[in-house]
Amino acid sequence: MKTTGKVTRIIANLVSVKVDGAVAQNEVCYIKLGDIRLMADVIKVDGEKVQVQVYESTRGLSVGCEVEFQGHMLEATLGPGLLSSNYDGLQNNLASMTGVFLKRGEYTAPLDFDKEWDFTPIAKEGDEVVAADWLGEVTEGWLKHKIMVPFKFQGKYKIKTIAGEGLYKVNDRIAVVTDENGNDHEITMVQRWSVKQAITAYREKPRPFRIMETGVRIIDTFNPIAEGGTGFIPGPFGCGKTVLQHALAKQADADIIINAACGERANEVVEIFTEFPELDDPRTGRKLMERTIIICNTSNMPVSAREASVYTAMTIAEYYRAMGFKVLLLADSTSRWAQALREMSNRLEELPGADAFPMDLSAIISNFYARAGLVFLNNGQTGSVTFIGTVSPAGGNLKEPVTESTKKAARCFYALAQSRADSKRYPAVDPVDSYSKYLEYPEICDYLNKTISADWTSNVSEGKNIVLRGREAFEQINILGDDSVPVEYHDRFWKSELIDYVILQQDAFDAIDASAPLKRQQFMFEKALDICRTKFEFDNFNECVDFYKHIINNMKQMNYSVFHGADFKKYETQLNELLKTRIAE
Amino acid sequence: MAKAFQKIYTQLEAITKATVSLHAQNVTNEELATVDGRLAQVIKIDGDLVSLQVFAGTEGIPTNAEVVFMGEPPTLKVGDGLAGRFFNAYGKPIDGGVEPEGEKRETGGPSVNPFRRKQPSQIIPTGIAGIDLNNTLVSGQKIPFFADPDQPYNNVMSLVALRAQVDKIILGGMGLSNDDFLFFKKSFENAGALDKIICFVNTTDNPPVERLLIPDMALAAAEYFAVDKNEKVLVLLTDMTLYADALSIVSNRMDQIPSKDSMPGSLYSDLAKIYEKAVQLPDGGSITIIAVTTLSGGDITHAIPDNTGYITEGQLYLRRDSDTGKVVIDPFRSLSRLKQLVIGKQTREDHPQVMNAAIRLYADASNAKTKMENGFDLTDYDERALNFAKDYSESILSIDININTVEMLDRTWALFGKYFSQTEAAIKQDLMDKYWKG
Repeated sequence: MKTTGKVTRIIANLVSVKVDGAVAQNEVCYIKLGDIRLMADVIKVDGEKVQVQVYESTRGLSVGCEVEFQGHMLEATLGPGLLSSNYDGLQNNLASMTGVFLKRGEYTAPLDFDKEWDFTPIAKEGDEVVAADWLGEVTEGWLKHKIMVPFKFQGKYKIKTIAGEGLYKVNDRIAVVTDENGNDHEITMVQRWSVKQAITAYREKPRPFRIMETGVRIIDTFNPIAEGGTGFIPGPFGCGKTVLQHALAKQADADIIINAACGERANEVVEIFTEFPELDDPRTGRKLMERTIIICNTSNMPVSAREASVYTAMTIAEYYRAMGFKVLLLADSTSRWAQALREMSNRLEELPGADAFPMDLSAIISNFYARAGLVFLNNGQTGSVTFIGTVSPAGGNLKEPVTESTKKAARCFYALAQSRADSKRYPAVDPVDSYSKYLEYPEICDYLNKTISADWTSNVSEGKNIVLRGREAFEQINILGDDSVPVEYHDRFWKSELIDYVILQQDAFDAIDASAPLKRQQFMFEKALDICRTKFEFDNFNECVDFYKHIINNMKQMNYSVFHGADFKKYETQLNELLKTRIAE
Repeated sequence: MAKAFQKIYTQLEAITKATVSLHAQNVTNEELATVDGRLAQVIKIDGDLVSLQVFAGTEGIPTNAEVVFMGEPPTLKVGDGLAGRFFNAYGKPIDGGVEPEGEKRETGGPSVNPFRRKQPSQIIPTGIAGIDLNNTLVSGQKIPFFADPDQPYNNVMSLVALRAQVDKIILGGMGLSNDDFLFFKKSFENAGALDKIICFVNTTDNPPVERLLIPDMALAAAEYFAVDKNEKVLVLLTDMTLYADALSIVSNRMDQIPSKDSMPGSLYSDLAKIYEKAVQLPDGGSITIIAVTTLSGGDITHAIPDNTGYITEGQLYLRRDSDTGKVVIDPFRSLSRLKQLVIGKQTREDHPQVMNAAIRLYADASNAKTKMENGFDLTDYDERALNFAKDYSESILSIDININTVEMLDRTWALFGKYFSQTEAAIKQDLMDKYWKG
């Protein structure tokens, strides 16, 4: 018997229900309104009075409406067919909804239950298995989707029967396993998991030890993110957060990209819907959409589903990690999620923390970031979830609660600077304020020096130092005037401008410059460093400025040309000629 | 007009400046009612205690006022008869005409399924270089002017609206001064464009809370023309700061804990619900929103412009250029996020690079100016940059110039050739080979 109740109070999407039985915190329920049902979940229990947050508009709801509780928390449905799908925050398939407008109370199935998949067993009868062990696989697009022992299964099981090769629907039985007490359990290709709980059915979560290539120079060269690492991008509006996120979604070296559009502009998601089915993944030649899953709860969609959307996205990411894939999860923006928490906390009349956010904001954010990571699976293979979130700080102030809480949780900090955006230096990641903690990991440094070049990490610190010293020189020149400082100051400043223009800045809208593979990044960075290490001779500062402008222009043309192509070589030769004219004896 | 099933109550329990509460049965959330003849909306139901927000304020309402529930949320009668008409916040005509016939539709309705949206891809030309060249407007876009109260934002907005090639222009005026309202009316009349204009107006003479109805009314009308008639609709919302102020009044009366700048914690979602109505529909219709957000002392970190900036697809700033005395759209701070979808595609191939180079050189001029003001010597380059900036501002940027994008690009190339070398312009070589005017 399901617990039921009746609505007693309505304030916006916070509804009180008087119940007749047991309910659990976060349990899902449906409120009947005429012939539609509105989904909600329990956020506070006080005796027989239960507060629920409704995932839809409560317009037209009245006291006395019936409520039916479901006996489980908000769950994601996991199985073949997730890839390339477009879901809302509650995992409704947006593509199978009818009509131009979203209809209230219309919930669509996340998976196609009629589609047949070609199953091949991996395990065999008599094998001993635990949760997340691979039983078999089906071909989902380009990847081998593993059918696993459900994550909910605890303890050891013995496989009693397993299906042979053949076509099966997701709800067909593919195995029967026996637990330690001798009870049989049926397994299908689909399982459900509460989105708020981390999936921990793996052997070990070590410290990250290799980087994830993104093709963005200011990230890969200056502040690399680890595979299985965490990072965040705070920035005022208009600084290119979204362009940078889209660049990562297009270029990052991951098997699967999950885009959680959380409380942001609908047109930005439309860009992904429109472009990703057309764009090629340069690494595999497949269409980008073939490795993408979109979880979309835009700013005008119901607020309480925003929180659900990031958790749904993370759960799907963990599911694919358990199959041994390299998953990149992008969430834009986690501030909107925090704001949804604030709206609810406010209606619940909880005592507010800083800026009226709930007191446990910091804990909620840390918990969420902690779900990312590279893991060793039960079979020794690796799988990873790398997480990069954006933060939209109110008024561009990085001292606000969401940014500060996230800074404690994420290991890479890509601060977008208004001043860089104003002077159109994109991506506007501040080269001095930003950091990657992974550069302090010895295992990451070893990896970089082994895979790129022996002196790579020391070169990177040298490059950072040049930028920092250039900034100091610039301040001196500004205070004292062009003529009143030694020419060396100009030389120092322009060397940092060289690094800035050629390495740090990147044209996300140019077909070639948009994505730079590590090999190319190495070549250009070492070239730029060589120039920075060279001593040049100038009679006055005008000569110096003019010289570096020519060099920068030349190297920018190299960035725009096919790597080691004819044009590239032409500009490289010109550059070398140019350099010779000024080299000091 | 009371109907048979309507229940009438005459006992108010509580009255605040903006709300009343009473005991009532079978009331639905967000339905409308009249309290002493004034329009009100249900905002809270606790058992049989119902709270209503009275749009016109509660001054003079007695505890025995008559309360009639209407059993439905706010609606607008939509039809072709809306065109050319002027309405108040309740959708009642204020131009002396009769109420147009049409189908009754709920305002503040559901969102478009993001998966059914089309990517905006049509440029809306305005002839103003500060927009077409540097911050291109695209159909289905939402973009506000961030302006100080003393800037001529309403004039610029009406100029943009009248030059824009669209089927309908819908003005939502919130806290518009009567003078400004008459200005809009007159400029629409003078342009002979009245048949494609629809106005929903709340002037400063009207109660502030009524403003909350205006955007939903304007957008319900817009959705009719865009969805049912596949028309290109441009919606003008001025001034959204006054709308947000009205929100904060209501939330304050509801005893909600304010967040930044005394604004309600839900400000972002409240504004997003309005702006996200901007859409490119699959069957060709579109809603484009141009809004005005007035700033206080140019402060864009205040909660209203800040939240707006995160929602809208860019923002436009006005500036009086001190060198030429002309009003221009500020090339540095203004931004159209959707311009990438059309520039160099619907416009000439050199558009993106020319735009960026011109702004970079204009920025060099601004640095040179600072240098000059600080008493440092100017280099030859600085002098050339300054002259370029003056010319650029006068012959291209100024909003009284009305030219097409090809002409804008040609004029910019001419200025590059006049003041700079190719190395200084630093544009892709193949474009310079093709368009450079030495």
